[in-house]
Amino acid sequence: MRIRTAVRVEGVVQGVGFRPFVHGLATGLGLAGLVGNDARGVFIEVEGDRDAVERFLGGLREPPPLAVVERITTRALPPGGPRGFAIVGSDATGRRAALVAADSATCDECLRELRDPANRRHRYPFVNCTGCGPRFTIVTGVPYDRPNTTMARFAMCDACAAEYHDPADRRFHAQPVCCPACGPRLVLCGADGRALPGDPVEAARTFLADGGVLALKGLGGYHLAATARDESAVAALRSRKHREDKPFAVMVADLVTARLLAEVDPAEEALLTSPRRPIVLLRRRAGAPLAGAVAPGNRSIGVMLPYTPLHHLLAAEPLVMTSGNVSDEPIAHRDEDAFARLGAIAGAFLTHDRPIHVRTDDSVTRVFRGRELPVRRSRGYVPAPVPLPPGGPAVLACGAQLKNTFCLAHDGRAFVSHHIGDLENYETLRAYEEGVAHFRRLFAITPSVVAHDLHPEYLSTKYALDRGLPLAGVQHHHAHVAACLADNESAGPVIGVAFDGTGYGTDGTLWGGEFLIADLTGFERAGHLLPVPLPGGAAAIREPWRMAAAYGVPAGLDVARRNAANWDRVVALARRGVGSPPTSSVGRLFDAVAAVLGVRDRVGYEGQAAVELEQRADPGERGAYPVRLDGDAPFTVRGADIVAAVVADLEAGVPVVSARFHNTVARLVVTGAARLRERTGLTTVALSGGVFQNVLLLDRTVTGLEAEGFKVLVHRRVPPNDGGISLGQAAVATARALTR
Amino acid sequence: LAHGSGGKATHTLIEAVFLDAFRNPLLEPLDDGARFGVDGASLVFTTDSYVVSPLFFPGGDIGDLAVNGTVNDLAVSGAEPLHLSAGFILEEGFAVADLRRVVASMRAAAETAGVRIVTGDTKVVQRGKADGCYISTAGIGVVRRPLGGEVRPGDAVLVSGPIGEHGVTIMLARGELDIESDLASDTAPLNGLVTALLDACGDGVRRMRDATRGGVATVLNEVAGDAGVAVVVDEDAIPVRPDVRGACELLGIDPLYVACEGRMVAIVSGDSADDAVAALRSHPLGEGAAIVGRIKADPPGLVLLRTAFGGTRIVDLLVGDPLPRIC
Ligand SMILES: [Fe+3]
Ligand SMILES: [Mg+2]
Ligand SMILES: [Zn+2]
Ligand SMILES: [Zn+2]
Repeated sequence: MRIRTAVRVEGVVQGVGFRPFVHGLATGLGLAGLVGNDARGVFIEVEGDRDAVERFLGGLREPPPLAVVERITTRALPPGGPRGFAIVGSDATGRRAALVAADSATCDECLRELRDPANRRHRYPFVNCTGCGPRFTIVTGVPYDRPNTTMARFAMCDACAAEYHDPADRRFHAQPVCCPACGPRLVLCGADGRALPGDPVEAARTFLADGGVLALKGLGGYHLAATARDESAVAALRSRKHREDKPFAVMVADLVTARLLAEVDPAEEALLTSPRRPIVLLRRRAGAPLAGAVAPGNRSIGVMLPYTPLHHLLAAEPLVMTSGNVSDEPIAHRDEDAFARLGAIAGAFLTHDRPIHVRTDDSVTRVFRGRELPVRRSRGYVPAPVPLPPGGPAVLACGAQLKNTFCLAHDGRAFVSHHIGDLENYETLRAYEEGVAHFRRLFAITPSVVAHDLHPEYLSTKYALDRGLPLAGVQHHHAHVAACLADNESAGPVIGVAFDGTGYGTDGTLWGGEFLIADLTGFERAGHLLPVPLPGGAAAIREPWRMAAAYGVPAGLDVARRNAANWDRVVALARRGVGSPPTSSVGRLFDAVAAVLGVRDRVGYEGQAAVELEQRADPGERGAYPVRLDGDAPFTVRGADIVAAVVADLEAGVPVVSARFHNTVARLVVTGAARLRERTGLTTVALSGGVFQNVLLLDRTVTGLEAEGFKVLVHRRVPPNDGGISLGQAAVATARALTR
Repeated sequence: LAHGSGGKATHTLIEAVFLDAFRNPLLEPLDDGARFGVDGASLVFTTDSYVVSPLFFPGGDIGDLAVNGTVNDLAVSGAEPLHLSAGFILEEGFAVADLRRVVASMRAAAETAGVRIVTGDTKVVQRGKADGCYISTAGIGVVRRPLGGEVRPGDAVLVSGPIGEHGVTIMLARGELDIESDLASDTAPLNGLVTALLDACGDGVRRMRDATRGGVATVLNEVAGDAGVAVVVDEDAIPVRPDVRGACELLGIDPLYVACEGRMVAIVSGDSADDAVAALRSHPLGEGAAIVGRIKADPPGLVLLRTAFGGTRIVDLLVGDPLPRIC
């Protein structure tokens, strides 16, 4: 029997070769009809045998690589349409909900063209197709069409236009399609902005080989690049960037080279080669051919593979690739700004005339037990939505202060933004405000609720309070746990363990070592580290030795002697509680131990002392210190007892103190969770907060919990650090609205 | 407590409670003083209350603070201070000798500033209902010459000397920091310095504020907010004594937020900036004066700090007592 069916496909279905795919599928089954894009996604009408139509609908479930089919709905139509199958024009009216794809690494076919001397795009650094290339970073509006991208200024030549309009072509409606005759041009400039002679790629490679620092316009912003083997080039990059110790990532040509630098297991290989192309944190090989200044004193190394044609042309040798900025500034993405800000760092600029619309940093990720554990979710991942329960209101979640992301959520989808950064910086705050406006347009979400942290001084909180909309305040650690729940598509209740640096508590003190009985709507603070003074507030975070003083370690220790000039004063501050807000932070406990063990007294970046303490830990050591829970509802744990045990071991000359400390914190989680299981019957534990980026701790904790029969939720889509806070806020605001 | 630290919480309190109840055109601008005309003369009227612990500290006491504070509110409004009132709330048992000391320093401060205390009041409350001695002063001044109009892009931002000394001195005097220092409060009457500035720059002076509670950062935020401009300050240009810097580092606080009692911020036109600095520096209270920044059009309402590395940090109005924002 002949039928006609209207089909609507929602998800990431535009600019990813979906219509040609539909065309091929339909004609292959002998169906007549049409396909087109509109504001909600793709609309299709197919007419033919019921059987063929059924098979067509099944085939839609296996779309092209970049497409994500979220929902297919059908409606019966009267048959009798024209013969043949047509691709019809876009319909830009209606409520916008079509999803913009994330940026995607150059595909194999485009790579072959790049390397084929006979191809008209041979060595053309902007080759792309419907299966790959820039998306999110060049989209200025919706629907996803060329005039709404930064490619709007480039008029297609006849050859490109023919490909673009041919449904059988790989470039059919690939919005960034271009070639050397009509597309963006690469240019190599001196720091003064004047073009340098010669082939830009060849000259840039020579410049790098000669030890230069190159500013390179990438997908989401400018990078600073230097040859990774070249000690003096990498050192120069460090000193000019004012970046003392924070490890640099390295871009290598291929997996073979990656394996020279680090061990790569199958899950890591899959991440490295995925179209998202994140920086993957790998176990560094002893004797890896890298300059010492790349990642000083670090057991791991961040590695990524080339993700643009330009990278493929350039990265024959391993290159340090770090964001184009000074210190903690946001990455430069506009040409003028890049020249102004990076002129004193880079000797040459490899740049081009395709604008970057949204500044997007490289994503950073790692593998934990065969699954992804994100560190920074940005380029290649954003704006893919995280699912939430359907039917929720339009929520703007404003995120945290540092490592900020924001999130716009509506009716089952949470769009977590790219990494925005530290809001105290003006450029970053501007990027934040522009980002919110851009996302609102892109996803047509007009928030009716604004979710925010409780910290009154977070600029994201102040931004939220200025919106003039109904507010949903979400406690920081509840947001961490909620993020982990949303990440795992769970609603709770769970035993939530949120360990981090500091976050504002409901009692006005700084929390950070929290056991919560939580679901998405609320929480009870069921246990925590006993608060200690944070002597000098932010100064104590910059100077971990102060936490040793706050934890009352004896004045005879090395840490006290090294900091003799201020030791007594800080001890006095802590004792009197002057400028010393109380904190239950586990991050600060790590700081105290790191300082006691002589790992570090001052940090140059967030969490540095804990990271370096982790490096010291002997993974073979199984010993741990005793953990005692005092009181109940909430129970407390005396961190000072743990520090005292560390000090005793140190004085006894025990060499594995760091490992024992890690094991102790893991034991603390297991003991606390067991107590709460007795009380509540809950058997699932959600682990979140920046402290759980520590994979040694995470491994010990998950092992311990599973041995006790717990089900453990860890992050897989958003980071456990404050980059995940906005998702947690959105999930809480949504859940509260849905239960009302 | 947060409602007293001079930040956003104080503003919210004032607007929610007082402005609502008292609303009138003279109060509405919420300036430190009210301006009005009487028989052709333009007058400024202001009041302030003083609570400080300890009452006596290096460089001054609650008495000269109470005189200088009100004199300064008049002076930075562009008025010549004339007469002051003084009200005392004393805790039962407060030593008469201490009261004499406070009053003596009030008289001395009034003499230095060239004003007279012409009326007053005293109440005694039960022991434990107050902390020794509170003083409230009001003052009246006459405006002889108007200031030079709106703050606008291109104007220069000046401070009259090193900042934060009063606040740090008080903390040291409380014995909270275990730091030995010969630091003293900067409490002083600014009317002479204001006259010197106005004499040198006349119409070039747009606006002056004494940086008391909430420090220079709070004043700059008010300037940015009121005029709808950006204030861009250079971190390196801000004068801070090493003792003050050291104490602030110990406490993890920014000197920009620490109270002064004898320092002012002046916004002057770009072309009178050099004359303004010279005029301030020629006065004993302005020796450490410096141009610390500029007024820009964008971003309106924000105060930005250019850091030593060339970054740009937002110096925002604190809601309450500062707590670390680092996670
Ligand atoms: Fe956090
Ligand atoms: Mg006042
Ligand atoms: Zn491709
Ligand atoms: Zn072309």
